[in-house]
Amino acid sequence: MQRKSLDVWVGLFIVMGAAALMFLALKAGNLGSMTMGNTYQVTARFDNIGSLRPQAAVKASGVVVGRVASIGFDDKVYKAVVTLDMEEGFKFPKDSSAKILTAGLLGEQYIGIEAGGDDKNLVAGDRIARTQSATVLEDLINQFIYSKAAEGKDSQ
Amino acid sequence: MMRRFLLSVGGGARDYVESIGLSARTFFTMLGLSPGLLRRPRLLVEQLHVIGNYSLLIIILSGLFVGMVLGLQGYYTLNKYGASESLGLLVALGLTRELGPVITALLFAGRAGTSLTAEIGLMKAGEQLSAMEMMAVNPIQRVLAPRFWAGVISVPLLTGMFSAVGILGGYLIGVGLIGVDEGAFWSQMQGGVDVWKDVFNGFVKSVVFGVAITYIALYQGYEAQPTPEDVSGATTRTVVISSLMIWWLDFMLTALMFSK
Repeated sequence: MQRKSLDVWVGLFIVMGAAALMFLALKAGNLGSMTMGNTYQVTARFDNIGSLRPQAAVKASGVVVGRVASIGFDDKVYKAVVTLDMEEGFKFPKDSSAKILTAGLLGEQYIGIEAGGDDKNLVAGDRIARTQSATVLEDLINQFIYSKAAEGKDSQ
Repeated sequence: MMRRFLLSVGGGARDYVESIGLSARTFFTMLGLSPGLLRRPRLLVEQLHVIGNYSLLIIILSGLFVGMVLGLQGYYTLNKYGASESLGLLVALGLTRELGPVITALLFAGRAGTSLTAEIGLMKAGEQLSAMEMMAVNPIQRVLAPRFWAGVISVPLLTGMFSAVGILGGYLIGVGLIGVDEGAFWSQMQGGVDVWKDVFNGFVKSVVFGVAITYIALYQGYEAQPTPEDVSGATTRTVVISSLMIWWLDFMLTALMFSK
Protein backbone atom coordinates (compact mmCIF):
# COMPACT_ATOMS: atom_id res chain seq x y z
CA MET A 1 0.00 0.00 0.00
CA GLN A 2 2.79 2.35 0.99
CA ARG A 3 4.65 1.54 -2.21
CA LYS A 4 1.57 2.10 -4.35
CA SER A 5 0.90 5.59 -3.02
CA LEU A 6 4.57 6.50 -3.47
CA ASP A 7 4.35 5.47 -7.12
CA VAL A 8 1.26 7.59 -7.57
CA TRP A 9 2.94 10.71 -6.21
CA VAL A 10 6.10 10.24 -8.23
CA GLY A 11 4.01 9.54 -11.32
CA LEU A 12 2.07 12.73 -10.71
CA PHE A 13 5.32 14.69 -10.36
CA ILE A 14 6.67 13.41 -13.67
CA VAL A 15 3.39 13.96 -15.51
CA MET A 16 3.19 17.53 -14.19
CA GLY A 17 6.76 18.22 -15.27
CA ALA A 18 6.14 16.80 -18.74
CA ALA A 19 2.91 18.78 -19.03
CA ALA A 20 4.76 21.98 -18.08
CA LEU A 21 7.41 21.36 -20.74
CA MET A 22 4.68 20.68 -23.32
CA PHE A 23 2.98 23.91 -22.27
CA LEU A 24 6.23 25.83 -22.81
CA ALA A 25 6.81 24.28 -26.22
CA LEU A 26 3.25 24.63 -27.52
CA LYS A 27 1.73 27.64 -25.80
CA ALA A 28 4.76 29.85 -25.20
CA GLY A 29 6.91 28.68 -28.11
CA ASN A 30 5.95 28.51 -31.73
CA LEU A 31 5.97 24.75 -32.16
CA GLY A 32 2.24 24.76 -32.88
CA SER A 33 2.46 27.38 -35.60
CA MET A 34 5.74 26.17 -37.03
CA THR A 35 5.43 24.54 -40.40
CA MET A 36 7.14 21.21 -40.55
CA GLY A 37 5.63 20.69 -44.01
CA ASN A 38 7.45 20.60 -47.31
CA THR A 39 9.07 23.72 -48.64
CA TYR A 40 10.69 24.76 -51.90
CA GLN A 41 13.68 27.07 -52.06
CA VAL A 42 13.92 30.17 -54.19
CA THR A 43 16.57 32.87 -54.12
CA ALA A 44 16.48 36.61 -54.47
CA ARG A 45 19.26 39.17 -54.86
CA PHE A 46 19.10 42.45 -52.99
CA ASP A 47 21.31 45.54 -53.14
CA ASN A 48 20.92 45.96 -49.40
CA ILE A 49 19.23 43.65 -46.93
CA GLY A 50 19.31 46.06 -43.99
CA SER A 51 19.05 44.04 -40.79
CA LEU A 52 17.24 41.04 -42.25
CA ARG A 53 18.09 37.82 -40.43
CA PRO A 54 17.72 34.11 -41.14
CA GLN A 55 14.36 32.81 -39.86
CA ALA A 56 12.68 36.12 -40.69
CA ALA A 57 9.17 35.76 -42.06
CA VAL A 58 8.27 35.84 -45.74
CA LYS A 59 4.82 37.34 -46.07
CA ALA A 60 2.34 37.80 -48.85
CA SER A 61 -0.52 40.20 -48.04
CA GLY A 62 0.58 39.96 -44.42
CA VAL A 63 0.24 36.18 -44.24
CA VAL A 64 3.37 34.14 -43.46
CA VAL A 65 4.12 31.97 -46.50
CA GLY A 66 7.74 31.06 -45.76
CA ARG A 67 10.94 31.85 -43.90
CA VAL A 68 14.37 33.18 -44.78
CA ALA A 69 16.64 30.12 -44.89
CA SER A 70 20.04 31.77 -45.31
CA ILE A 71 21.73 34.97 -46.36
CA GLY A 72 24.91 35.10 -48.42
CA PHE A 73 26.88 37.49 -50.60
CA ASP A 74 27.61 37.09 -54.29
CA ASP A 75 30.94 38.72 -55.12
CA LYS A 76 30.32 38.49 -58.89
CA VAL A 77 27.46 40.94 -58.87
CA TYR A 78 28.12 42.45 -55.43
CA LYS A 79 24.68 41.74 -54.10
CA ALA A 80 23.26 39.92 -51.12
CA VAL A 81 21.73 36.56 -51.95
CA VAL A 82 18.79 35.57 -49.77
CA THR A 83 17.50 32.01 -49.89
CA LEU A 84 13.81 31.63 -49.05
CA ASP A 85 12.04 28.51 -47.83
CA MET A 86 8.57 28.83 -49.32
CA GLU A 87 5.75 26.60 -48.14
CA GLU A 88 4.73 24.01 -50.70
CA GLY A 89 1.07 25.00 -50.46
CA PHE A 90 1.62 28.55 -51.72
CA LYS A 91 2.48 29.08 -55.39
CA PHE A 92 3.55 32.40 -56.87
CA PRO A 93 3.94 33.50 -60.51
CA LYS A 94 7.47 33.61 -61.91
CA ASP A 95 7.50 37.40 -62.21
CA SER A 96 6.56 38.05 -58.56
CA SER A 97 8.56 40.69 -56.76
CA ALA A 98 10.20 40.64 -53.32
CA LYS A 99 10.64 43.65 -51.03
CA ILE A 100 12.34 43.97 -47.68
CA LEU A 101 9.86 45.63 -45.34
CA THR A 102 9.86 46.63 -41.70
CA ALA A 103 7.20 45.67 -39.19
CA GLY A 104 6.27 48.85 -37.37
CA LEU A 105 8.54 51.89 -37.26
CA LEU A 106 11.71 50.23 -35.97
CA GLY A 107 10.59 46.62 -35.83
CA GLU A 108 11.79 43.34 -37.30
CA GLN A 109 12.45 43.21 -41.02
CA TYR A 110 10.67 40.70 -43.19
CA ILE A 111 10.26 39.95 -46.88
CA GLY A 112 7.05 40.87 -48.62
CA ILE A 113 6.12 39.02 -51.80
CA GLU A 114 3.86 40.60 -54.37
CA ALA A 115 2.36 38.29 -56.96
CA GLY A 116 3.00 39.03 -60.63
CA GLY A 117 0.95 38.03 -63.65
CA ASP A 118 2.96 35.23 -65.26
CA ASP A 119 1.21 31.96 -66.15
CA LYS A 120 4.07 29.85 -64.83
CA ASN A 121 4.78 29.51 -61.12
CA LEU A 122 8.06 29.74 -59.24
CA VAL A 123 9.63 26.34 -58.70
CA ALA A 124 12.52 25.20 -56.53
CA GLY A 125 15.80 26.81 -57.53
CA ASP A 126 14.24 29.81 -59.26
CA ARG A 127 15.40 33.33 -58.66
CA ILE A 128 13.03 36.19 -57.97
CA ALA A 129 14.24 38.83 -60.42
CA ARG A 130 12.45 41.91 -59.23
CA THR A 131 13.53 42.99 -55.79
CA GLN A 132 13.46 46.10 -53.69
CA SER A 133 16.05 46.66 -50.99
CA ALA A 134 15.57 47.54 -47.37
CA THR A 135 15.00 51.16 -46.58
CA VAL A 136 18.06 52.47 -44.80
CA LEU A 137 17.35 55.33 -42.43
CA GLU A 138 20.57 57.20 -43.34
CA ASP A 139 19.65 57.16 -47.05
CA LEU A 140 16.24 58.56 -46.26
CA ILE A 141 17.77 61.36 -44.21
CA ASN A 142 20.29 62.11 -46.98
CA GLN A 143 17.55 62.30 -49.60
CA PHE A 144 15.59 64.61 -47.34
CA ILE A 145 18.57 66.92 -46.80
CA TYR A 146 19.41 67.04 -50.55
CA SER A 147 15.85 67.78 -51.51
CA LYS A 148 15.70 70.57 -48.91
CA ALA A 149 18.98 72.00 -50.22
CA ALA A 150 17.68 71.88 -53.79
CA GLU A 151 14.54 73.71 -52.70
CA GLY A 152 16.66 76.35 -51.06
CA LYS A 153 18.61 76.92 -54.30
CA ASP A 154 15.44 77.19 -56.37
CA SER A 155 13.97 79.87 -54.18
CA GLN A 156 17.05 82.08 -54.34
CA MET B 1 61.24 31.89 3.59
CA MET B 2 61.06 31.63 -0.20
CA ARG B 3 61.20 27.88 0.06
CA ARG B 4 58.31 27.77 2.49
CA PHE B 5 56.23 30.00 0.22
CA LEU B 6 56.89 27.82 -2.82
CA LEU B 7 56.15 24.76 -0.74
CA SER B 8 52.75 26.06 0.29
CA VAL B 9 51.86 27.13 -3.25
CA GLY B 10 52.96 23.79 -4.69
CA GLY B 11 51.18 21.86 -1.96
CA GLY B 12 48.01 23.84 -2.50
CA ALA B 13 48.11 23.22 -6.23
CA ARG B 14 48.70 19.51 -5.68
CA ASP B 15 45.80 19.26 -3.22
CA TYR B 16 43.58 21.08 -5.69
CA VAL B 17 44.43 18.83 -8.60
CA GLU B 18 44.08 15.80 -6.35
CA SER B 19 40.60 16.85 -5.23
CA ILE B 20 39.52 17.39 -8.85
CA GLY B 21 40.87 14.00 -9.79
CA LEU B 22 39.18 12.29 -6.84
CA SER B 23 35.81 13.84 -7.57
CA ALA B 24 36.08 13.07 -11.28
CA ARG B 25 36.99 9.46 -10.48
CA THR B 26 34.04 9.09 -8.12
CA PHE B 27 31.81 10.67 -10.78
CA PHE B 28 32.79 8.22 -13.48
CA THR B 29 32.65 5.28 -11.08
CA MET B 30 29.11 6.33 -10.25
CA LEU B 31 28.15 6.63 -13.92
CA GLY B 32 29.67 3.23 -14.59
CA LEU B 33 27.65 1.65 -11.79
CA SER B 34 24.41 3.39 -12.81
CA PRO B 35 23.09 0.65 -15.15
CA GLY B 36 22.61 -1.41 -11.98
CA LEU B 37 19.71 0.93 -11.22
CA LEU B 38 17.70 -0.66 -14.01
CA ARG B 39 17.50 -3.81 -11.92
CA ARG B 40 16.32 -1.88 -8.86
CA PRO B 41 14.18 1.00 -10.13
CA ARG B 42 12.51 1.23 -6.72
CA LEU B 43 15.58 3.03 -5.31
CA LEU B 44 15.22 5.69 -7.99
CA VAL B 45 11.48 6.10 -7.44
CA GLU B 46 12.00 6.58 -3.71
CA GLN B 47 14.61 9.27 -4.32
CA LEU B 48 12.47 10.98 -6.95
CA HIS B 49 9.77 11.21 -4.30
CA VAL B 50 12.12 12.73 -1.72
CA ILE B 51 13.97 15.05 -4.11
CA GLY B 52 11.29 15.91 -6.65
CA ASN B 53 7.92 15.87 -4.95
CA TYR B 54 9.05 17.65 -1.81
CA SER B 55 10.63 20.46 -3.87
CA LEU B 56 7.43 20.97 -5.83
CA LEU B 57 5.69 23.43 -3.55
CA ILE B 58 8.55 25.91 -3.17
CA ILE B 59 9.27 25.79 -6.92
CA ILE B 60 5.67 26.40 -7.96
CA LEU B 61 5.11 29.21 -5.46
CA SER B 62 8.40 30.91 -6.38
CA GLY B 63 7.63 30.55 -10.08
CA LEU B 64 4.22 32.13 -9.62
CA PHE B 65 5.60 35.12 -7.75
CA VAL B 66 8.58 35.63 -10.07
CA GLY B 67 6.17 35.63 -13.01
CA MET B 68 3.85 38.11 -11.31
CA VAL B 69 6.72 40.46 -10.41
CA LEU B 70 8.06 40.25 -13.97
CA GLY B 71 4.59 41.09 -15.23
CA LEU B 72 4.30 44.15 -13.01
CA GLN B 73 7.81 45.49 -13.53
CA GLY B 74 7.84 44.71 -17.23
CA TYR B 75 4.57 46.54 -17.72
CA TYR B 76 5.86 49.77 -16.13
CA THR B 77 8.83 49.92 -18.48
CA LEU B 78 7.11 48.66 -21.63
CA ASN B 79 4.19 51.00 -21.15
CA LYS B 80 6.53 54.01 -21.39
CA TYR B 81 7.30 53.02 -24.97
CA GLY B 82 3.74 52.04 -25.78
CA ALA B 83 4.78 48.40 -26.14
CA SER B 84 2.79 46.85 -23.31
CA GLU B 85 1.53 44.17 -25.76
CA SER B 86 5.03 42.71 -25.69
CA LEU B 87 4.61 41.87 -22.01
CA GLY B 88 3.93 38.20 -22.79
CA LEU B 89 7.12 38.00 -24.82
CA LEU B 90 9.20 39.65 -22.10
CA VAL B 91 7.88 37.34 -19.39
CA ALA B 92 8.23 34.18 -21.48
CA LEU B 93 11.73 34.95 -22.79
CA GLY B 94 13.00 35.98 -19.37
CA LEU B 95 11.66 32.83 -17.77
CA THR B 96 12.56 30.23 -20.36
CA ARG B 97 16.03 31.54 -21.09
CA GLU B 98 17.38 32.66 -17.74
CA LEU B 99 15.20 32.97 -14.68
CA GLY B 100 13.55 29.56 -14.90
CA PRO B 101 16.72 27.45 -15.02
CA VAL B 102 18.77 29.67 -12.68
CA ILE B 103 16.27 30.32 -9.89
CA THR B 104 15.06 26.72 -9.94
CA ALA B 105 18.66 25.55 -9.66
CA LEU B 106 19.38 27.91 -6.75
CA LEU B 107 16.21 26.86 -4.93
CA PHE B 108 16.96 23.22 -5.64
CA ALA B 109 20.47 23.55 -4.21
CA GLY B 110 19.00 25.05 -1.05
CA ARG B 111 16.01 22.72 -0.76
CA ALA B 112 17.31 19.33 -1.94
CA GLY B 113 21.09 19.71 -2.26
CA THR B 114 21.59 20.46 1.43
CA SER B 115 19.43 17.54 2.52
CA LEU B 116 21.41 15.19 0.27
CA THR B 117 24.72 16.36 1.71
CA ALA B 118 23.52 16.15 5.30
CA GLU B 119 21.99 12.72 4.77
CA ILE B 120 25.08 11.20 3.22
CA GLY B 121 27.40 13.00 5.63
CA LEU B 122 25.46 11.55 8.57
CA MET B 123 25.44 8.11 6.96
CA LYS B 124 29.18 8.39 6.78
CA ALA B 125 29.51 9.69 10.34
CA GLY B 126 27.30 6.83 11.53
CA GLU B 127 29.55 4.41 9.61
CA GLN B 128 26.59 3.17 7.59
CA LEU B 129 28.59 3.48 4.41
CA SER B 130 31.41 1.39 5.86
CA ALA B 131 28.83 -1.15 7.02
CA MET B 132 27.52 -1.42 3.47
CA GLU B 133 30.98 -2.01 2.15
CA MET B 134 31.41 -4.77 4.76
CA MET B 135 28.32 -6.44 3.33
CA ALA B 136 29.80 -6.17 -0.18
CA VAL B 137 27.28 -3.49 -1.15
CA ASN B 138 28.93 -0.66 -3.02
CA PRO B 139 27.70 2.59 -1.41
CA ILE B 140 28.42 4.50 -4.63
CA GLN B 141 25.99 2.26 -6.47
CA ARG B 142 23.46 1.89 -3.69
CA VAL B 143 23.43 5.41 -2.20
CA LEU B 144 24.95 7.90 -4.66
CA ALA B 145 23.70 6.67 -8.04
CA PRO B 146 19.93 6.69 -7.34
CA ARG B 147 20.13 10.11 -5.72
CA PHE B 148 22.17 11.48 -8.59
CA TRP B 149 19.75 10.31 -11.28
CA ALA B 150 16.76 11.43 -9.27
CA GLY B 151 18.30 14.92 -9.13
CA VAL B 152 19.17 14.94 -12.82
CA ILE B 153 15.60 13.94 -13.72
CA SER B 154 13.94 16.28 -11.22
CA VAL B 155 15.68 19.58 -12.03
CA PRO B 156 14.56 19.88 -15.68
CA LEU B 157 11.00 18.90 -14.73
CA LEU B 158 10.96 21.42 -11.89
CA THR B 159 12.40 24.07 -14.22
CA GLY B 160 9.63 23.41 -16.72
CA MET B 161 7.02 23.81 -14.00
CA PHE B 162 8.69 26.99 -12.71
CA SER B 163 8.65 28.62 -16.15
CA ALA B 164 5.13 27.46 -16.99
CA VAL B 165 3.70 28.67 -13.68
CA GLY B 166 5.70 31.90 -14.06
CA ILE B 167 4.14 32.58 -17.45
CA LEU B 168 0.71 31.96 -15.92
CA GLY B 169 1.63 34.39 -13.13
CA GLY B 170 2.63 37.01 -15.69
CA TYR B 171 -0.65 36.34 -17.51
CA LEU B 172 -2.60 36.74 -14.27
CA ILE B 173 -1.05 40.13 -13.58
CA GLY B 174 -0.72 41.38 -17.16
CA VAL B 175 -4.07 40.32 -18.55
CA GLY B 176 -6.12 39.85 -15.40
CA LEU B 177 -5.05 42.83 -13.33
CA ILE B 178 -3.56 45.41 -15.70
CA GLY B 179 -5.68 44.60 -18.71
CA VAL B 180 -3.19 43.94 -21.51
CA ASP B 181 -4.98 42.48 -24.51
CA GLU B 182 -5.12 38.71 -24.11
CA GLY B 183 -4.67 37.88 -27.79
CA ALA B 184 -1.63 40.14 -28.12
CA PHE B 185 -0.13 38.69 -24.93
CA TRP B 186 -0.09 35.15 -26.32
CA SER B 187 0.55 35.93 -29.99
CA GLN B 188 3.54 38.18 -29.24
CA MET B 189 4.88 35.43 -27.01
CA GLN B 190 4.43 32.76 -29.67
CA GLY B 191 5.90 35.03 -32.32
CA GLY B 192 9.05 35.75 -30.34
CA VAL B 193 9.81 32.58 -28.39
CA ASP B 194 11.58 29.98 -30.48
CA VAL B 195 11.12 26.37 -29.40
CA TRP B 196 14.70 25.33 -30.11
CA LYS B 197 16.57 28.54 -29.44
CA ASP B 198 14.77 29.50 -26.23
CA VAL B 199 12.76 26.65 -24.72
CA PHE B 200 15.14 23.84 -25.63
CA ASN B 201 18.26 25.80 -24.67
CA GLY B 202 16.65 26.55 -21.31
CA PHE B 203 16.02 22.83 -20.96
CA VAL B 204 19.67 22.04 -21.75
CA LYS B 205 20.73 24.57 -19.11
CA SER B 206 18.50 22.93 -16.52
CA VAL B 207 19.96 19.48 -17.25
CA VAL B 208 23.49 20.82 -16.85
CA PHE B 209 22.52 22.52 -13.58
CA GLY B 210 20.87 19.32 -12.38
CA VAL B 211 24.03 17.29 -12.97
CA ALA B 212 26.26 19.93 -11.35
CA ILE B 213 24.20 20.62 -8.21
CA THR B 214 23.30 17.02 -7.47
CA TYR B 215 26.83 15.81 -7.90
CA ILE B 216 28.32 18.64 -5.82
CA ALA B 217 25.84 17.87 -3.02
CA LEU B 218 26.53 14.14 -3.12
CA TYR B 219 30.29 14.50 -3.30
CA GLN B 220 30.41 17.01 -0.45
CA GLY B 221 28.48 14.57 1.73
CA TYR B 222 30.49 11.58 0.59
CA GLU B 223 33.86 13.20 1.22
CA ALA B 224 32.90 14.96 4.48
CA GLN B 225 34.93 14.12 7.59
CA PRO B 226 32.74 12.04 9.92
CA THR B 227 32.43 14.80 12.52
CA PRO B 228 29.45 17.05 13.32
CA GLU B 229 31.50 20.14 12.42
CA ASP B 230 32.51 18.89 9.04
CA VAL B 231 29.07 17.56 8.11
CA SER B 232 27.60 20.98 8.82
CA GLY B 233 30.51 22.58 6.98
CA ALA B 234 29.90 20.29 4.00
CA THR B 235 26.25 21.37 3.93
CA THR B 236 27.31 25.00 3.79
CA ARG B 237 29.89 24.25 1.10
CA THR B 238 27.21 22.55 -0.98
CA VAL B 239 25.15 25.74 -1.10
CA VAL B 240 28.14 28.03 -1.70
CA ILE B 241 29.82 25.90 -4.35
CA SER B 242 26.58 25.05 -6.18
CA SER B 243 25.45 28.68 -6.26
CA LEU B 244 28.76 29.90 -7.64
CA MET B 245 28.83 26.99 -10.08
CA ILE B 246 25.31 27.85 -11.28
CA TRP B 247 26.26 31.47 -12.03
CA TRP B 248 29.45 30.45 -13.77
CA LEU B 249 27.83 27.69 -15.84
CA ASP B 250 24.93 29.99 -16.67
CA PHE B 251 27.29 32.64 -17.99
CA MET B 252 29.23 30.12 -20.07
CA LEU B 253 26.09 28.47 -21.46
CA THR B 254 24.46 31.81 -22.26
CA ALA B 255 27.62 32.95 -24.03
CA LEU B 256 27.67 29.73 -26.05
CA MET B 257 23.94 29.56 -26.84
CA PHE B 258 22.81 33.12 -27.37
CA SER B 259 25.94 34.90 -28.59
CA LYS B 260 24.96 34.76 -32.26
